[in-house]
Amino acid sequence: MSLFSGLLHRRPRDLPCQQVVEIVTDYLEGALSAGERRRFEHHLAVCEHCTEYLAQIRETIRLTGRVTTEDLTPEMRTDLTDLYRRWRAEG
Amino acid sequence: MEADTSLLRRLRGGDEQAFADLVARYNSSMLRLALSFVSSRAVAEEVVQDTWLAMLRGLDRFEERSSLRTWLFTILVNRARTTGVREARSVPVADAGPAVDASRFSPSGAWAVPPDHWVEEAENRVDAAKLSELLRGAMSLLPDRQREVVLLRDVEGLTSSEVCHVLAISEANQRVLLHRGRSKLRQALESELGGGQR
Repeated sequence: MSLFSGLLHRRPRDLPCQQVVEIVTDYLEGALSAGERRRFEHHLAVCEHCTEYLAQIRETIRLTGRVTTEDLTPEMRTDLTDLYRRWRAEG
Repeated sequence: MEADTSLLRRLRGGDEQAFADLVARYNSSMLRLALSFVSSRAVAEEVVQDTWLAMLRGLDRFEERSSLRTWLFTILVNRARTTGVREARSVPVADAGPAVDASRFSPSGAWAVPPDHWVEEAENRVDAAKLSELLRGAMSLLPDRQREVVLLRDVEGLTSSEVCHVLAISEANQRVLLHRGRSKLRQALESELGGGQR
């Protein structure tokens, strides 16, 4: 099919799932154009697997947000108190 | 919780407790971020200490156009990069791997091996500590840049523009790195929690 006939047949084609999973972040970040967004949402409305995929990405983000960070050790706290006092002495 | 701006005011007034409060608030995040740039805990701690000292020395110049946290993270990233441990081998663009392995799609691009269900199960079956550990492990396997972006966005909760500022990358680059990183974390969760394969 030539590019020209491709344009002639342009209509709101469904996105392939393989492409949907690649634009999921752009969707969540609000970086899709209005047209892309419509196609994305239209696809979700008819594809349970991609709907599931989006839910999993959202859940991944939520769970990542609960990853705990490194503990502040007592040694480090002491070092930093010393650092503060040295800095005060500098001035 | 006392606002950063208020702690900053007390710190400028010479209040040592304000410094201790800031350390309690941000040191852990800073250490984690530093660890994504340098490989040893000792070096990471050094980078964090350098950052605190740079913050104290720069107090008078800080105009509060960004949040204190963003400022601290920006100093830290600059310090961590000048240690040079990882900078030499970290590439500013993302690896080009797909979000989901191509073998899971049919030639038309539709799902051939659809995602396993695990969202509801995640919390019912697995305790929070184990999920956290799983994600920490998966994050440690991400390429450096992806890990840094995921850490700042999804663990620390910075906005995309704050992340771009801290890491000195474009919005588009940030999105690509975030996309790759999140996709891999999702895959890790699916592999571990997905139905029927345990």
